[in-house]
Amino acid sequence: MSARAETRLWLLQRTSAAALAVCVAVHLATIIGAVRSGLSAAAILGRTNGSLGWAAFYAAFVLAVSIHAPIGLRGIAAEWLGWRGRAADAVFALIGIALLALGAYAIAAVTR
Amino acid sequence: MNGTLSVAVWRGGADGGYRTYSVPRRESQTVLDVVTYIQRRLDPTLAYRFACRVGMCGSCAMTVNGLPRWTCRTHVADAAPDDRLEVGPLAHLPIVRDLVTDMRSFFDKWARARGAFKGTATRRDDFARVEPGSPARRAVDAAIECIGCGVCYAACDVVAWNPGYLGPAALNRAWTLVNDSRDGARAQRLAAVAGDAGCHACHTLASCTERCPKHLSPTAAIAGLKRATAVGLLRGEW
Repeated sequence: MSARAETRLWLLQRTSAAALAVCVAVHLATIIGAVRSGLSAAAILGRTNGSLGWAAFYAAFVLAVSIHAPIGLRGIAAEWLGWRGRAADAVFALIGIALLALGAYAIAAVTR
Repeated sequence: MNGTLSVAVWRGGADGGYRTYSVPRRESQTVLDVVTYIQRRLDPTLAYRFACRVGMCGSCAMTVNGLPRWTCRTHVADAAPDDRLEVGPLAHLPIVRDLVTDMRSFFDKWARARGAFKGTATRRDDFARVEPGSPARRAVDAAIECIGCGVCYAACDVVAWNPGYLGPAALNRAWTLVNDSRDGARAQRLAAVAGDAGCHACHTLASCTERCPKHLSPTAAIAGLKRATAVGLLRGEW
């Protein structure tokens, strides 16, 4: 991969990390808040169903994860397994697409 | 000061091993004194490298009790409080023999990082005016005193994981030139130091900064290169 492409990946990973810092904090606070106030699954779904706000928030979260995780895994594979090159890049791109698809499926399930 | 040091010294090439020598303990003794004693009194076949003995040339760097150090500026009292020393060649470089490493790959990486100044002025131009207090000049000041001893390179784990990685010293050098307003190869240098073998491979472990005998911070230089390459890419500079 060219130095330009590597630099773009680095930028994407840093910006997605910044987004994740916010998303994870909101996500955890929401979980803890929901559990402590004793909300049932049905009550939570009642709030998220049809909510554009939650859909937008989790869409951003899923997008950040599906950018951040494969780039990180790619780096680990390169350094620890010595696995570099086009085949590795293709596999990690597929992992990113899979994360995006799974995340989109989950968002659709709770917010439609 | 009395007593005896037990000194394990690497002998042979990559497939060699440690051999132990007994060396008299002396006042204000440096590790280089110990190695020199062994070579002059105990075993003249020992190969090692040194020149100035006073921390100026950077040629006597070795691995002392597991850490890369200048042997001339390392007192036995600091490195081996229990009077046991282990002296080996610098890590991450091929061993020529005993304590001598082949530093070609280290210096080749300086060239690959475009570590050579590329002037743009001619002899007919006036002197370049560089404001001493400018942020770029201060960044150069902070990084320019590197003498290329290889201690940071031997201390860096990323060099071990990624043999193509340019390493702290070469990137630190590139950072001084990126900040040099007289230099004309900025775009090529940013391209040379970016990517998997360049500044973006750095994990900010800061072992280079911890070990640098000149108290420089290649970590800060590499962070600067990460910013410069990213901003430069977005601006279309390279």
